[in-house]
Amino acid sequence: MDRLLLIAATLCFLASCAYTLYALGAGRFRPGRINFGVILAGFFFQTTFLYLRGQAEGSCPLNSLFDILVFQSWALVLIYLIVGPAYRLSLLGAFTAPFAFGLMLMAFLLPGTQNPVPRAVINPWVEFHAALSLIAYGAFGLACVAGIMYLLQERQLKNHKASTLLYNLPPINDLAVANRRLVWFGFALLTIAFAAGFLSRGPVNSVKFWAAGLIWCFYAAYLILGRLHTLAPRRLAELSVILFILALLTLPAMQYFSSRP
Amino acid sequence: MNILCTGLNYKNSPLEVREKFAVGSHELEETLAAVRRVEGLAGAVILSTCNRVEFYTASLCPVRAFEGLRELLHTRAGFTAEAPLYFHDTTRSVRHLFRVVSGLDSMVIGETEILGQVKKAYSAAVEVGATSLHLNKLFQQSFRVAKHVRSETRITRGTTSVGSVAVDLAGKIFGDLTGKRVMILGAGETSERTARSLVSRGVRTVIVSNRTFERAAKLAEEIGGLAIHFDHWQNAFAEVDILICSTAAPGIILTEEKLAPLMKNREGRPLFIIDLAVPRDVESSVNELEGVYLYDIDSLEEIVRQSLDVRRSEVARCEKMISVQVKSFLSWLQTHPNFRP
Repeated sequence: MDRLLLIAATLCFLASCAYTLYALGAGRFRPGRINFGVILAGFFFQTTFLYLRGQAEGSCPLNSLFDILVFQSWALVLIYLIVGPAYRLSLLGAFTAPFAFGLMLMAFLLPGTQNPVPRAVINPWVEFHAALSLIAYGAFGLACVAGIMYLLQERQLKNHKASTLLYNLPPINDLAVANRRLVWFGFALLTIAFAAGFLSRGPVNSVKFWAAGLIWCFYAAYLILGRLHTLAPRRLAELSVILFILALLTLPAMQYFSSRP
Repeated sequence: MNILCTGLNYKNSPLEVREKFAVGSHELEETLAAVRRVEGLAGAVILSTCNRVEFYTASLCPVRAFEGLRELLHTRAGFTAEAPLYFHDTTRSVRHLFRVVSGLDSMVIGETEILGQVKKAYSAAVEVGATSLHLNKLFQQSFRVAKHVRSETRITRGTTSVGSVAVDLAGKIFGDLTGKRVMILGAGETSERTARSLVSRGVRTVIVSNRTFERAAKLAEEIGGLAIHFDHWQNAFAEVDILICSTAAPGIILTEEKLAPLMKNREGRPLFIIDLAVPRDVESSVNELEGVYLYDIDSLEEIVRQSLDVRRSEVARCEKMISVQVKSFLSWLQTHPNFRP
C-alpha cells in the first residue's frame, strides 16, 4: 500500500514535468491550476506515505537514506505549496516538480533496504532537529529552483531571445528577491534546527557536526555577501544552486554518521 | 435569413476612400436608421475603424439588400465613382467577422484592439435596437471565437512595435515598473514614444538630457519629467533603472569602461539600456556587464520580427478553429426559419 502511494506521488511529479515540457514545446503554456493541482496530489500521496511510515517506525520517518530522500522531496514540495501561491511566480511549480521527481527516483533506485527501520531510542529534540533541518533544506531547494529560473531568464535577456521561456518565466528581479528570501527562510529554520540539536544533549558525531556546520556557514556567507551587495544577483543565484547541490551531497554522509556517535 | 457583410478595408481601399465612407460615432444612430430603411434588411451593425468600414446586416432578400446598401453608401459618402466595396454572402460574411474579431484580418496580425472596437459597434447597434436575433447570435458567437482563438493559439504572442517590445522587456527585468526611473539621452521621437509607454506602465520619474537644453526642457515638460544639462547626465545616473539613448552623436558616448564603476554604486539593481541611436550611443560590450541588459534598435526589431513570425505561423491553426465555428453557426442558422443558404 505504502509503496503504491510513493509510486502515485512520483507519477504525479512526472506528469507535471511532462505537461510543462509539452506545453512549453508547443508554445501553449499558460500559468494555471493544472500544475499546482497535480503537485498537490503528489504531496497528498507523500504525506500519507510518511504518516504510515512514521506509524510503522514509531518515530519521525528519517531512519534510512530512503526515508530521508522521500522526506526531502516532501519538504521541497511543502515549501513550494506554502511559498508558491504567495509569490505567484509563473513556472515555479513546473521547475519544482522535476526536483521532487528526481529525489523520489533516487529513493527508489537506492541500493539496500526500503523497509521501515524502527528506532531504539526516541528523543523529541532529535526528531524535531532532523525534521526541521530537512524542511530548511526544502527551502534551500526552492531557492535553488528560483536560482535556476533566474539564470535561464537572464540568459534569454542577455542573448535577446524572444522565446516561449522568456514570455513565461517571471521577471528576473522577482526571481532574485525570491531566491534571497527563500535562503533567509531556510537559514532561519536551519538555525532553529541546530539549536534543537544542541538542546537534545545527545552524542554528536564530529564529522556530521562539521559537515552540517559548514553548510550553515556557507549559507550565512551567502546572506552576508548578498546583504553587502558584494555579489551580484547572478552570482547569488549561482551560489544558491551550488550550495544546494552541496547540501544534498552531504545527506548520505549525515545519515551514515547519525548512527555513529 | 441571410447574413451579409458589405464594406471596404485597408486592403482594397486607400485612406482617402475609407475616410469618405467612415461613420463617426455622432452619425451612427442616424446611419443605422437609414440602413434599416433599406428594403429587405432586418438588422444592422456598423463597424467603422481607421482600417475598415463594414456593415453587417440580416436580410431575407440579399440581392435587393445589396443593391439598396450600395446606393445608400455611395449617396452618403458623396462618391460618384464605383467604390471598391465587397459584398459577402452568408458563409463568407460569418467567416469574415470571425476573422476580423480574431485579429486575422488586421494590418498587424493578432492585434487585440479590434475586438474592443467590434464589441463597441455591436453595443451601439443594440442600444438603438438595430440588431436582430440572427445578428445577436452571430456577434455573441464571434466574441467567443475571438477568446477561444487567442487563448488556444499564439496569435497574440509578443509585441509588434519597438516601443512596446522595450516596455515588455522592462517588465521582464523589473516586474512591476511602478516607481522606476527612466533617463532619456537625446530627445528623439522614438525615445519619447517609448518613455511615454513606460510612464503609462507606472514609471515614476523621467529625466531628459539633450545637447540642446531647451529641447530637453520642452520634452520634459510634455511628459511630466525633469530636464538636466547633457554634461551632468552621469551625476543622475546612479538612480536610473532604464536608460533610453537616441542622441545624434557621431560615436559611442557610453563605454564599458565608463559604465563599470557606475554599476558598483547600484547595489545590485539591474540596468536596462535601450539604444535607439544610429550610429549607436552605447558600446555593445556593455551587455557583458553584470546586471546590464542592452538592446539596440536591431535587437528590438529582431524581437518584433520573431513575434510576427510566430503569429504568422499560427494563422493556419486559427483558420481551422474558425472554420469549425463557422460550420457551427451555419448549422444554427439552418435550424431557424427563413434561412436561405
